[in-house]
Amino acid sequence: MSGQAVLTGIHFINGDEACCEGALAAGCRFFAGYPITPATEIAEGMSRRLPEVGGIYIQMEDELAAMAAVLGGSWGGAKAMTSTSGPGFSLMMENIGLGACTETPCVVCNVQRAGPSTGLPTLVGQADMMQARWGSHGDYEIIAISPSSPQEMFDFTIKAFNLAEQYRVPVMIMADEVVGHMTERVLIPPAKGIKIVNRKKPSISPKKYMPYKPDSDYVTPMANFGDGYHMHVTGLTHDERGYPVMDSATQEQMISRLVKKIRNNAEKIIDYDAYHIENADVVVVAYGISARSAKRAVMDARENGIKAGFIKLNTVWPFPEKLFNELAGNVKAMIMAEINMGQMVLELERCAAGQCLVRLVSHAGGAIIKPRSILEAIQATLKESS
Amino acid sequence: MSAQRRKKKTSQPHPQDELLRTDRLPHIWCPGCGIGTAFSCVITAIKKSEIPLDDIAMVSGIGCTGRMAGYIKLDSFHTTHGRAIPFATGLKLAHPEGSVIVTSGDGDLLAIGGNHFIHAARRNIDLTVICVNNFNYGMTGGQQAPSTPFGAKTTTSPIGSPEQPFNFCALAAACGAVYVARWTALHIRRLTVSITEAMKKPGFSFVEILSPCPTSFGRRNRIRNPLELVQFYHERSVIRNNIDPQEAALDFNNNLVVGKFVDTERPTFLDSYRLINRRELGDWPALEPKVPIPDKQVSG
Repeated sequence: MSGQAVLTGIHFINGDEACCEGALAAGCRFFAGYPITPATEIAEGMSRRLPEVGGIYIQMEDELAAMAAVLGGSWGGAKAMTSTSGPGFSLMMENIGLGACTETPCVVCNVQRAGPSTGLPTLVGQADMMQARWGSHGDYEIIAISPSSPQEMFDFTIKAFNLAEQYRVPVMIMADEVVGHMTERVLIPPAKGIKIVNRKKPSISPKKYMPYKPDSDYVTPMANFGDGYHMHVTGLTHDERGYPVMDSATQEQMISRLVKKIRNNAEKIIDYDAYHIENADVVVVAYGISARSAKRAVMDARENGIKAGFIKLNTVWPFPEKLFNELAGNVKAMIMAEINMGQMVLELERCAAGQCLVRLVSHAGGAIIKPRSILEAIQATLKESS
Repeated sequence: MSAQRRKKKTSQPHPQDELLRTDRLPHIWCPGCGIGTAFSCVITAIKKSEIPLDDIAMVSGIGCTGRMAGYIKLDSFHTTHGRAIPFATGLKLAHPEGSVIVTSGDGDLLAIGGNHFIHAARRNIDLTVICVNNFNYGMTGGQQAPSTPFGAKTTTSPIGSPEQPFNFCALAAACGAVYVARWTALHIRRLTVSITEAMKKPGFSFVEILSPCPTSFGRRNRIRNPLELVQFYHERSVIRNNIDPQEAALDFNNNLVVGKFVDTERPTFLDSYRLINRRELGDWPALEPKVPIPDKQVSG
């Protein structure tokens, strides 16, 4: 335990390294992973840093095992995470579902590359966005956030742990190859300036403890292995005692709470940055690395006299429905910029509900979207809407 | 509901009630199944181990044996198919003071979970892994498993299994398990002793239990009567303690070798992790002192 968990100061590091430092600052002390480009630097960083702060790094035999070990680590009382990219993310889906069903706080960082399958291992993509939301079978809700810079890789990793602990849910950091590999200035604040959230623990006696009986915020207090609560945790449909019950009423009760836990707390979870959306004719929406191109394009558009606005999604799931539903009534068009063939744009269309034009600027992956492409899309969309 | 059930219970409490979620009984296992006996031996072993109950967890995957975790009144985790071992790995490493038991069937542990099994044994993760081997997938109605004997009938090998099964004990030993034993579900006393020893052993311990599945396996293989089936396993078993488990392949036409095959010491994953991170070991490989160059052998 020779090292410091919070390396307060100004650093020049890449996004993957910043993610490691954010995790340690958030209190992560368990990492189970499997190497994969472009997320390998996170595993490498954690293998070096965790022993310095008394934590455990283990490299598992595959991503199925990595995700299972992360859940086990969390029930063992540690703040636990893993990192991966597309092919590994696919394998993790099995136990992300278990994590959602058993309400296990944990963090998965997906440094996205272009897919499907092995795709472009070293080049950027943003095409796992729907997989993050729907990738495991059955009904559930997760939280996903998307950083656009190494600084946000640090900040958002802390945020991811806090959300995971507060809502007892797997939280995904939907990064991308460019953000993971770009090196920039990262400011790490003093430890006491970092807000840390820890999971709610049961305050009643083990005899009275109902492991899945929620408080008013839909979240249930969580006992860890060894706390003496002798709880049962299962991926089968379970009642408030945690016992499997195979009927439709229990299914309804469990699933509706898993969903409400996120949906009814969505306003507290959702985070975004808005620029010039008041009186805007057209609003560009983006996340991850595409948000940086989009911001530049919007600035250029404004210089050309176009009333353009910009929304950077920090939270991508749950999607800010209310925001876009209201905004759609006040603008001529909204444009989603993303490196895929159209994923989050579907959400934007759903929320716009026909009130304004919704257009996509995108390509299939392997490179970032150039600001010029977005500017052209702004101009074309405005022409179309007038 | 539970109050009503409690009323119905006979006045004599079962000696193992203390460790059972009695409000979940009756259990789902079929009459004549060996899992109940195996479970009972696990509970007795837990008591005998004298490990504080708060410090013991049971982790299981999917399948009939996987349901053990649902009936034991301890911290218990019923995970995904095949993933009990990696989940247990995380649980143990994050809470090293705890003692973690994995209960699993042959399909769960060594088909879908086979990769995790060999790597956990190689790393010597401190787990007690108990495998109830009933030679088929019981819960889904009796399909071929990696343990199904060559020629045995299952619903997916209706003429007879064309595959050779694993010798689980040999596999565990080859991968580095520090404790390996095999008993039938009728070797109650020896089995209980083995589970207790396995729990106390630091490192990856493996206990295989040859168990009757009259409903799904025996029925299709001419031994439909539960008692006959368990007697068949028991009568053909021969105890060969300390032999190389490679020599202990199951041969139903001849004999079924049981016994304690491996009981050795090796640093656990955590021992080694801590040792490495103390940075006391020199760099790998040792270049000094120089070792004599071995004679090159020409093959053929």
